[in-house]
Amino acid sequence: MDFVIALLGATLRIFTPILLAALGETLIERAGILNLGIEGTMLLSAFSGFVVAQLSGSLWLGLSAALLTGILLCVFMGLLSVTLGLNQHVAGLGITLLASGLALFSFRILYGGSSTPPSLERSFAQLALFKGTALEPIFSQYGITYIALLLVPILGWLLMHTSFGLRLRSVGENPEAADIAGLNVYWVRYQALIVGGALMGLAGAYLSLAQLGAFTHGMVNGRGWVAIAIVIFGNWQPSKVFYGALLFGFLQALQLRLQAQGIPLPYEALLALPYIITIIILALAGRNASYPAALLKAYRREGA
Amino acid sequence: MLRLERGSAPLWLRALLPIAAVLITFLLVSLAIWAAGANPLDVFYEMLIKPLSKRTSRLEILVQATPLILTGVAVTYAFAAGYYNIGAEGQLYAGALMGALVGPKLTSVPAFFAIIVMLLAGFLGGVLWALIPALLKVRLKVDEVVTTLLLNSVIVFFISALLNGVWRDPISGWPRSPAIAESAQFPSIISRSRVHLGFILAVLALLSLWWVLKRTRFGLELRASGLGKEAARFMGVPVAKTMLTAALISGGIAGLAGVSEVAGVHYYLIDGLSPGYGYTGIIVATFGGLQALGVAIAGLFLALVDTGALSASRALGIPAYLGDIVQATLLIVTLAVLLLNRYRIVRSKPMRKAP
Repeated sequence: MDFVIALLGATLRIFTPILLAALGETLIERAGILNLGIEGTMLLSAFSGFVVAQLSGSLWLGLSAALLTGILLCVFMGLLSVTLGLNQHVAGLGITLLASGLALFSFRILYGGSSTPPSLERSFAQLALFKGTALEPIFSQYGITYIALLLVPILGWLLMHTSFGLRLRSVGENPEAADIAGLNVYWVRYQALIVGGALMGLAGAYLSLAQLGAFTHGMVNGRGWVAIAIVIFGNWQPSKVFYGALLFGFLQALQLRLQAQGIPLPYEALLALPYIITIIILALAGRNASYPAALLKAYRREGA
Repeated sequence: MLRLERGSAPLWLRALLPIAAVLITFLLVSLAIWAAGANPLDVFYEMLIKPLSKRTSRLEILVQATPLILTGVAVTYAFAAGYYNIGAEGQLYAGALMGALVGPKLTSVPAFFAIIVMLLAGFLGGVLWALIPALLKVRLKVDEVVTTLLLNSVIVFFISALLNGVWRDPISGWPRSPAIAESAQFPSIISRSRVHLGFILAVLALLSLWWVLKRTRFGLELRASGLGKEAARFMGVPVAKTMLTAALISGGIAGLAGVSEVAGVHYYLIDGLSPGYGYTGIIVATFGGLQALGVAIAGLFLALVDTGALSASRALGIPAYLGDIVQATLLIVTLAVLLLNRYRIVRSKPMRKAP
């Protein structure tokens, strides 16, 4: 039982940044943009959050810096892919490469190549729910985890039951029709990028300001790509994205536990599983996959 | 009054665009250098001029350029066909893996045959890893961007499992594959240097790209499907077959890049064999304008940036990540500058209002 409790607690810790990033990517993809900048956006957000928190001594300033970084990078993605109408995947990759380069370059400038990475004196504290019950070890999590959990129903509602969500979906499905209906396609896409970018920034902040209290080179380590897979796994719906992130968190937590107990198992197989499942899902769904119809397509007004 | 109009840009402008991209890139990057407290001109001198002044570093650029040209050619084959293969990194590792599996068994084989076997193994590895997303694309219309991207991580996990499992050296504990046979090692092609057979391979790949795109019917069909699938289909181009072939050639050449790193540089497979050559290949292909001469220049230039960033970090203490920043900025700036390619600047009278 202790094993299961510890496993579930670890699952939530691992799943939080993935869930946040995947929710952000969901919004952005629903508006018609595949943002491959996600991996670099998380890393640079984690970095800027760490630096600001370290220099100012305020975690809240650090958190704000991380959110702002996420938003700025996604707005930059918008400049390239929405305003200029550039190839989305190449632009996204460019942002990932640039943001990662900037983070690592600046980190080296500020802290040198010291072998002991600097860490924050204080990182965000954990918030225990269900105190004194058997559930306490599961729900001793950082505040950001609870925010992420709350965001699942909120974003689901926002996307499906508000006019904001309707606008967002319509520019991702049929931008021409949305334009004729009087929507500003560009601006709606920017709105999705801003909200999504804040979520990616929050994911980065979770890594550096809560979980680790430090910044390291391989901190994001493919979590952005996992998030992209999970968006597909979750069929572009926040509730199903939640299950996808949960499954990934669980597999990863299981892998760590088994490894810690010295059980010889190619744990990489568990790590690769979410990717393989996603590809199988795509293959099974095939032509019927419910991609946002305008994903990867830049919208150009006639004559513009 | 000057005005932008849709249409292809004149030749002189198309030739100037890459130069403009490089200048804008270095202008932007000098902001980062200046913010880091160094003099941009000193850094650019260390980075771009100094490596060209010494024989050893000039040759080192060729070693660096080998995987970049190969992945650049690989990506070009796919992108030119309108197949967005983001998976060159994974296909490179698949080729490296096949080379590392076959290589140690070639001890009693003459070098000539051993090397041919290595090349075939690497090409085949890349082809096989490219086959999955390519078939999904042409048979089931599954978008290749995401599948090729995700398969990169899958093969890296798989190799990591081998390195930390059956391949882990029982005595030293090093996570690396058994060394390949001496006969399977690529020979050095320039004395007193690390330049190996892989560089000739890269040149051959460039020639194949030029010949295929410019001189063959397949190349014409490939470019036609890249320009627009509907129109190509209308003209009688077998679009699915063309894309599939382009995707597999692309994978195979990326696989060659992998086997060339194993057989030409390390002699075994290690974690981090590629510091992202597959992704840099996308930059090489894009900056190279998806054509052979451009890819050659782009590959050499990015190799210079890589080598130069390292020497600048040694000489001036500027982190070598500067090279990554230069390359990523170049990619983004190139994309933006290429927009101009679609327009013509025309001198015209002010437009009259429509009646």
